[in-house]
Amino acid sequence: MSAEQDILQELAGREYEFGFETQIEMDIAAPGLNEDTIRFISAKKEEPEWLLEWRLKGFQLFQKLTMPNWQNFKLPEVDFQGVSYYAAPKNKVKYNSLDEVDPELLRTFEKLGIPLEEQKMLSGVAVDAVFDSISVATTFKAQLHELGIIFCSFGEAVQEYPELVKKYLGTVVPQSDNIYAALNSAVFSDGSFVYIPKGVRCPMELSTYFRINAKNTGQFERTLIIADDNSYVSYLEGCTAPMRDENQLHAAVVELIAMDHAEIKYSTVQNWYPGDKDGKGGIYNFVTKRGICKGKNSKISWTQVETGSAITWKYPGVILQGDNSIGEFYSVAVTANKQVADTGTKMVHIGKNTKSRIISKGISAGHGHNTYRGLVKVGPNATNARNFTQCDSLLIGDRCGAHTFPYIESKNNTAMVEHEATTSKIGEDQVFYLNQRGIDNEQAVNMIVNGYAKEVLNQLPMEFAVEAQKLLSITLEGSVG
Amino acid sequence: MLDIKNLHAAVEGNAILKGINLTVKPGEVHAIMGPNGSGKSSLASVLAGRESYEVTEGSVDFLGKDLLDMSPEVRAREGLFLAFQYPVEIPGVSNINFLKTAVNEIRAYHGQPPMQAKAFLDMLKSKQKLMEFDANLMNRSLNEGFSGGEKKRNDVFQMAMLEPKLAIMDETDSGLDIDALRIVSAGVNKLRSKDNAFIIITHYQRLLEYIVPDFVHVLYNGRIVKSGTKELALELEEKGYDWLKEDIRLEEPVQ
Ligand SMILES: Nc1ncnc2c1ncn2[C@@H]1O[C@H](COP(=O)(O)OP(=O)(O)O)[C@@H](O)[C@H]1O
Ligand SMILES: [Mg+2]
Repeated sequence: MSAEQDILQELAGREYEFGFETQIEMDIAAPGLNEDTIRFISAKKEEPEWLLEWRLKGFQLFQKLTMPNWQNFKLPEVDFQGVSYYAAPKNKVKYNSLDEVDPELLRTFEKLGIPLEEQKMLSGVAVDAVFDSISVATTFKAQLHELGIIFCSFGEAVQEYPELVKKYLGTVVPQSDNIYAALNSAVFSDGSFVYIPKGVRCPMELSTYFRINAKNTGQFERTLIIADDNSYVSYLEGCTAPMRDENQLHAAVVELIAMDHAEIKYSTVQNWYPGDKDGKGGIYNFVTKRGICKGKNSKISWTQVETGSAITWKYPGVILQGDNSIGEFYSVAVTANKQVADTGTKMVHIGKNTKSRIISKGISAGHGHNTYRGLVKVGPNATNARNFTQCDSLLIGDRCGAHTFPYIESKNNTAMVEHEATTSKIGEDQVFYLNQRGIDNEQAVNMIVNGYAKEVLNQLPMEFAVEAQKLLSITLEGSVG
Repeated sequence: MLDIKNLHAAVEGNAILKGINLTVKPGEVHAIMGPNGSGKSSLASVLAGRESYEVTEGSVDFLGKDLLDMSPEVRAREGLFLAFQYPVEIPGVSNINFLKTAVNEIRAYHGQPPMQAKAFLDMLKSKQKLMEFDANLMNRSLNEGFSGGEKKRNDVFQMAMLEPKLAIMDETDSGLDIDALRIVSAGVNKLRSKDNAFIIITHYQRLLEYIVPDFVHVLYNGRIVKSGTKELALELEEKGYDWLKEDIRLEEPVQ
């Protein structure tokens, strides 16, 4: 058997490192989705009436909307009635300090490499940890508070800052955007809320860590980030889930709002359980993420490293409304075994002199399928809009696939839209070259893949770039083509 | 150090090497010449362990071990180095990180701890000086966008860093300008010692004026058809290969 086959086989058999389950008493809603489910969630979270109304409106939209049919994969049947929409560790819903958190939960996050005790934390990173439907702990809250920065769970924001939430909720991703966005707005559990006041540069990375633990549940978090005039924030989300035979649904909504001269950097390292080598189990990652550069000279930058999930289906986009605003999308998406990714971005140029930059690096191995789908839209008033798109695909082995669907709609003839695309295979010559210098196949592939993805990895905050590199290595354990 | 006996190898069923015999001792420099397509690069590839070549007969002993039994990376760690005729580009992989990985992999194989950053940088600097290697190339991605000559020089620089026992240089001189040729040759001469050996594949006598070989072999149609001393290279330069081809045809059995 050739080394290539060896490695492909090894790749197929790779293990998911975070597949353990935490044994903890949970408060779980019975499966099913109707108005009562929504009232139950809202009541559990002691929400104000307006939010319940908003959720119910979302539910009505969900019932009216139909599944899209343009995706480049077979959409699995999701039994919305078979899922439980609320799961939270028992005991206490709201934690006032870490001392009140179940030690088993803290241990879980330790195991995941996310220590929540502040003295042990990476310096310069504040973490909000979300376990199933509930936020467990937000660290460094007090320090941030002194600067007027709000970083807390979504649930807490609803209680403490209802005016802010009410003002911005659903303004970037309308409830009617798509069926999963509607579903999320009806049943969303928890998530993070960030507000950076005028003129404040957030001094540390803000990070949310999502963990699905309970069986037969979905995760529907919502994140809302508002950067007021002249502010800056860098935010990172990470995620894992136990290995299970059945598929689990993750349908999140993320909304970003950047005012005049504000900048938001949003990074994702997505490592949900991808399913086994035969494609059994794994997370359906159906997510709607969008930012709006509302103010002039504002900037929103999405960076994503997508290595997990059975199916990843998402298009983090930017609405470039403010003049001179900038939108960026940097993506590495890896599909191995039977994983599927249909991902890309939407850049909507509305203001003058708006710029967008799209760098997408797809990596397919095993039977994985990787689709880049991107829309660059230039409105009639977007004089001098500029877009640059670079879309690369790397194939490992010959049973995987890469697909590219770039769409361009321009209504302004001063706009310049550039698109470049390449597809390459990891060359035997490259691997042999590295072998000849004493480097084994596995490390050779790591080096080649990391080199290929470097432009994107460089966008991540330092601490996470290292993590992301490791993750790429684990995901592609030893593949040669 | 290297003992090749009756080596036969094929690519996709086509016999390319047809019975190579060659012995290389420590401290020696062997030159291999021969017309295009005669199998010089194939010999280098087989020794380095390129997977597309199937060894159909023969044996190769390297420092008392069965070379053909080792994976390519183990051959490298055992001290075999190939400066490629066509070094590949690996985008995004930094030259320095790549070298550091290579050095440490080889050290690990010999039970040595990884080199500390400072020691590594010191070594890098001293070898850069020794080989007169452009430090700017060091900070770029591995061969990405390098000129042909720069790639060759990068390979030779790697050779200096990895300190192999046996270095095979496949047409390293092709694509080097005169100055570069002189610098690279001087570098190789500085690396020569009584403990290491070189196999230099070349078409040109010129290189052999700088790196003087102990033996010159002519490879033709998958076999070494003539061996001699450095004078043989001069003769080849003068007369070309045709006179040899005629000799060989006479020697070959009629089919
Ligand atoms: N992958 C391959 N498939 C078929 N023939 C090959 C392959 N690689 C090399 N060859 C053939 O092997 C012979 C020797 O090639 P090579 O070793 O590169 O010669 P040299 O280096 O002496 O010029 C040539 O006829 C070449 O075409
Ligand atoms: Mg050759």
